[in-house]
Amino acid sequence: MPQPLNYLKETPSQTAGPYVHIGLAPRAAGFDIYDTELGFDPMPDDVPGPRIRVTGCVFDGMGATVRDVLIEVWQADAAGLYPDQPGAAAGFRHWARVVPDFDTGQFTLDTVLPGAVPGPQGRMQAPHLSLWLVARGINTGLQTRMYFADQDNAADPVLSLIEQPHRRDTLIARGADGHYHFDIHLQGDKETVFLDV
Amino acid sequence: MTLYQRDRTWHPPALAPDYKTSVARSPRQAMLSIEGTVSELTGPRFGHGAITPLDGDLIANYARDGDPVGERIIVHGRVLDENGRPVPRTLVEIWQANAGGRYRHKKDGYLAPIDPNFGGCGRVLTDDQGHYAFRTIKPGAYPWRNWVNNWRPAHIHLSVFGTAFAQRLITQMYFEGDPLIAHCPIVQAIPDPRAIDALIAPLDLNQAVPLDCLAYRFDIVLRGRRSTFFENRPEGN
Repeated sequence: MPQPLNYLKETPSQTAGPYVHIGLAPRAAGFDIYDTELGFDPMPDDVPGPRIRVTGCVFDGMGATVRDVLIEVWQADAAGLYPDQPGAAAGFRHWARVVPDFDTGQFTLDTVLPGAVPGPQGRMQAPHLSLWLVARGINTGLQTRMYFADQDNAADPVLSLIEQPHRRDTLIARGADGHYHFDIHLQGDKETVFLDV
Repeated sequence: MTLYQRDRTWHPPALAPDYKTSVARSPRQAMLSIEGTVSELTGPRFGHGAITPLDGDLIANYARDGDPVGERIIVHGRVLDENGRPVPRTLVEIWQANAGGRYRHKKDGYLAPIDPNFGGCGRVLTDDQGHYAFRTIKPGAYPWRNWVNNWRPAHIHLSVFGTAFAQRLITQMYFEGDPLIAHCPIVQAIPDPRAIDALIAPLDLNQAVPLDCLAYRFDIVLRGRRSTFFENRPEGN
């Protein structure tokens, strides 16, 4: 026998279930317990950059809305910087939680338009939001990205890796000038490209 | 810096037909594998400003006119990475049903009653060595609509951050000796029995508080970070 490597194994994922809001968004579950609920901070007025609003829905493979989903968003600031990088916007959280309306399934995210950020080999990545979805029926949280139709996505190194050109569109929000619409399809003809990062 | 490849054969597959809700909610196309960039290798951090000591005590954090009903327990452990290194000052959030198996959620209609003194959620930051601890009530088993007679084993949901958005993990902790574990389609979606064992917390009598509460230990392992020995580092990582 060779020497053992002795790495630990990652803890296996389990679904967040239908009541994920109790843990991560208790007000959405119907009660108030923390002084500060994380991920729902209002945007300070002095954060630089164009304000944007993204609306959309998550759909299952039958075309029904996934109304119990919880989405986390992680993004650069308007200058393309993440926290701790010199010059990153003070007071900007970079991270948000998004819970749709339980009756309609529509979600709304208010944030700033992120700047472009460096990617592999120094190639620039087009402005994007990183998204992570959990819900009942999703065994391991799903990673994806959202790009913007009115930005220059032509040279983005991640979009360029998608073999079928029409599937790139599943990651690009429609709209312009601060108002965007982005639907996520878990399955089916319009299945969103999910990332193994 | 990058992360070790996630072993997708260790996690439950997206499509687990015995867990019926996964059938229409599982992607069918291959995921796109990408090298982590700054967008995935950074992540949110949290400070003590927003999180109070009471937040980690589920026996007290929603108490109105007394303690909640049920078996008093401590759940504690460490957050480590695959290298065995502790993950300090990272956020751990939990949520669970009460002792009767009922969730405080507007969408839960199970006939077991809400406990007026129990909210069912908590959050803490790990300490410098990656330790965390909650005090809570042991959750009850409850029925759920999958097959007609499906029951979830007693479990606590956990959400953990790490330092990179690509380390983000949600899982469930089960309790040693629970006979329902073997019958649960959500648990049994995990193909490798060793991986299921990694979700079962043993009773930890050494950490019990005599005449007060029992304890269970649950360590959490996040994806490991790699700082490579020989690699071009154009991003200065």
